[in-house]
Amino acid sequence: MAQKELLKVKNLKQYFPIKGGFFGRTVNHVKAVDDVSFEIKEGETLSLVGESGCGKSTTGRAILRLDDPTEGTIEFNGEDLLALNKKEMRNRRKDIQVIFQDPYASLNPRQSVYQILAEAMEIQNVVPKQKRRERAIELLETVGLNGDQVDRYPHEFSGGQRQRIGIARALAVEPKLIICDEAVSALDVSVQAQVLNLLKKLQREFNLTFLFIAHDLGVVRHISDRIIVMYLGKVVEIADKKTLFENPQHPYTKALLSAIPTPDPEVKKERIVLEGDVPSPINPPSGCRFHTRCPFATEVCAEKVPELKNHGFMEEGHRAACHHVDEIASGELGPKY
Amino acid sequence: MSEEIILDIKNLQTVFRDEDSEVRAVDGVSFSLPKGKTLGVVGESGSGKSVTALSILRLIDHPGKVEGGEINFKGKDLTKISDKEMRSIRGNQISMIFQEPMTSLNPVYTIGQQIRETLKVHQGLGKQSGNEKSVELLKLVGIPSPEDRIKQYPHELSGGMRQRVMIAIALACNPELLIADEPTTALDVTIQAQILELINRLQDEMGMSVIMITHDMGVVAETCDYVAVMYGGKVVEYADVKTLFKDPKHPYTVGLLNSIPRHDIDVDELEPIRGSVPSPKDMPKGCRFASRCPFATDLCVEELPSLDEIEDGNEVRCWIYSDRWDGDPEVKEHGPKRTS
Repeated sequence: MAQKELLKVKNLKQYFPIKGGFFGRTVNHVKAVDDVSFEIKEGETLSLVGESGCGKSTTGRAILRLDDPTEGTIEFNGEDLLALNKKEMRNRRKDIQVIFQDPYASLNPRQSVYQILAEAMEIQNVVPKQKRRERAIELLETVGLNGDQVDRYPHEFSGGQRQRIGIARALAVEPKLIICDEAVSALDVSVQAQVLNLLKKLQREFNLTFLFIAHDLGVVRHISDRIIVMYLGKVVEIADKKTLFENPQHPYTKALLSAIPTPDPEVKKERIVLEGDVPSPINPPSGCRFHTRCPFATEVCAEKVPELKNHGFMEEGHRAACHHVDEIASGELGPKY
Repeated sequence: MSEEIILDIKNLQTVFRDEDSEVRAVDGVSFSLPKGKTLGVVGESGSGKSVTALSILRLIDHPGKVEGGEINFKGKDLTKISDKEMRSIRGNQISMIFQEPMTSLNPVYTIGQQIRETLKVHQGLGKQSGNEKSVELLKLVGIPSPEDRIKQYPHELSGGMRQRVMIAIALACNPELLIADEPTTALDVTIQAQILELINRLQDEMGMSVIMITHDMGVVAETCDYVAVMYGGKVVEYADVKTLFKDPKHPYTVGLLNSIPRHDIDVDELEPIRGSVPSPKDMPKGCRFASRCPFATDLCVEELPSLDEIEDGNEVRCWIYSDRWDGDPEVKEHGPKRTS
C-alpha cells in the first residue's frame, strides 16, 4: 500500500545533561536517544520495543515535545513540530494524543469522567459546550463503558476501565496519531486482551495511527504492523511484524526474542542467554553499543558504529544495524559460547 | 503419587478485617508440593496468591490473620507452632524472594553485611567465616568479582544484580523450600531469562522445592512441574503443567490462556474474559467466576462448587464436571475450548 507518511522522525537526539561539581556545571550527558530515524504511515501501527533505558519512551515524549529534543527533526503531516512555538504546538496536540501506562496516575481523582473528557474537548475546542455531555456519553460507549457512568469518579472504576477512560480522553479530540506508552502493561492479562481488542477496533473505525511503545513482545506481535527494536538509544533493527518475529537478523533481536518464556510447556527452544546487564547510557560502549554483550562481536564492532541498512538478502523495508549480518546469516561467523 | 510431599496446605483461610468489612483474601486454599519439584501459583491481581505465600511464612500483619486450615511442612503444621519455632524455620528451611529487589534490601547496609546477618542469625557464623561464605554465595548466583561486591551498597547494583543478591540471601542456609513471589516481574526479559535459569540450576544442584508465584503463563510453562490456578481467593484448578496447558479444565484457566498475546504465533483476535475481577469485599456466594463465565448457569451463581479430583491427581473447582451440571451438555462432553 502506498500510504502517505504521517510522521517522519529524522536523526532525533535527546541528551539529558547531568549537573554536578561545585558550580553545578554540566559534567556529562545521558544519551537517551542517539540518532534515531523512522517514519509512520497513516493508519499503521508502529511499535518501539526494547528493555528499560533503551530510549523508547523518550522518543515518544520527544514527538509530543514533552521534552525538547537536542537535535533532529520531527515532521508531522509535512510540518516540522520542533519549529512550532508553544501555542502552535498546543494546537498540534489535537492531532497527536497519548495514552500512558498508569491508569491510576494519569486521571485526576477529583474530576468526574465527564469533567475529564470535557476538559480535553474544551482545550482543543472541538465540540461546542452544549454538546459536550452528549459527546462524552458517546465516547464512553465507544470504548465499551456505560454512558450512565459519565458522572462517576476515577476511583469508582477498575484498572481496565480507567484505561478505557484514558483512551476515551485521547479520542475526544479526534486525533490522527495516538502514542500508547506501555498502555496495557499495568493490566491483568484477561483485561489487557480486552483493551488490545478495543484499540484494534478503534483503529479500524477511525483510521487511527498508533505509535505503540511496549516491552512485551507478545503484545507487540498482536498489535503491530511494523516494529522497531531499540537498544541503548539506537535503533538496531526495523522490519514488518512477520519478518521481525520469524526472521530476525540482529543478534540482539534474536536474543530478546529467545528470552521470552513461551506459554507452552511442550515447546523446548534454544535460548540465547545474554551475559551481563545493559551498560549505562552515560558512557555507552564505543562502536556498536551491543558489542559488550554480543556473542558474535569482533574488533570492528568496538570501533565502528554500524549503519542501519538493508543487506541484500533481506526483505524490503527490513533493516538491521550490525557489521556482521551477512556472515552470521551465512554461518561464516559463529557465536562465542 | 508415591513422591514425598514437602508441603501440604489444607483449607487455608486468611482474612483481613476492619471495623465494618472483612476481606477473605485466601478462602480455603489447598494444594500440595512434592519434594524437589516446582509448583506454580498463578492468578491475576487480587487472586490471593501472594497472601497465600505470606501466610505460609507467617508474615501476615494486622489486620490480617490466618483463621483456619493447615500448613503441613515436612509433617509439621506451621499454624500450630510457636513464634520462636517459626523464626527458626523462616529463612532457614523456608526462604522467600520478593518482586522488588530494591525495597527488599536495606539501603544503608552493604551487600556483605546483609548476607552475613542471615548467616549469623541462623548458623552463628562470625565475620570472617561469614565473609567467606558470602563471597561463595555471590559466586554461586553468578555475580562477577564478589570480593568487591560485598563492600557495595544496593544502589550501586543493577536490578538483575540485586535480585541475584536476594537469591543469595535466600539460599544462605540451604533452604528446603524456596518461595519466589514474582521474582522476575520487575526485570527486563533478557535479565529475567538469566534469573529463571539461575533458579532452575540452583534447584537441580541443591534439590530444593520451589513455589513460583507469578502472573506470567510463560514463566509457568518454562519453570513449573505443577500449577495451581487461583481466582478470588480459591484454587480453581490444580494440574501438572503439561495437562494444564494442553487440556485446561476450568473456564477461567481457558480464558486466561486465550487472553495471552503470543510472541511465537499469530493470533487474529484475542478472546478476552469479559468483565473484571469481583471486589474482594463483595465476593459472589456461588462460584467466584460465575459472573464472567460464558457457561454459567443458575447453579453456578447459587452454589460454590468444590475442588474435586478428576484424573491423576488433577483437580478442578467447577460444576461442569459434576453430576449436577445442568448447563450445555456440549461443554461437559468436550470441555471449554482453547482458541490457540
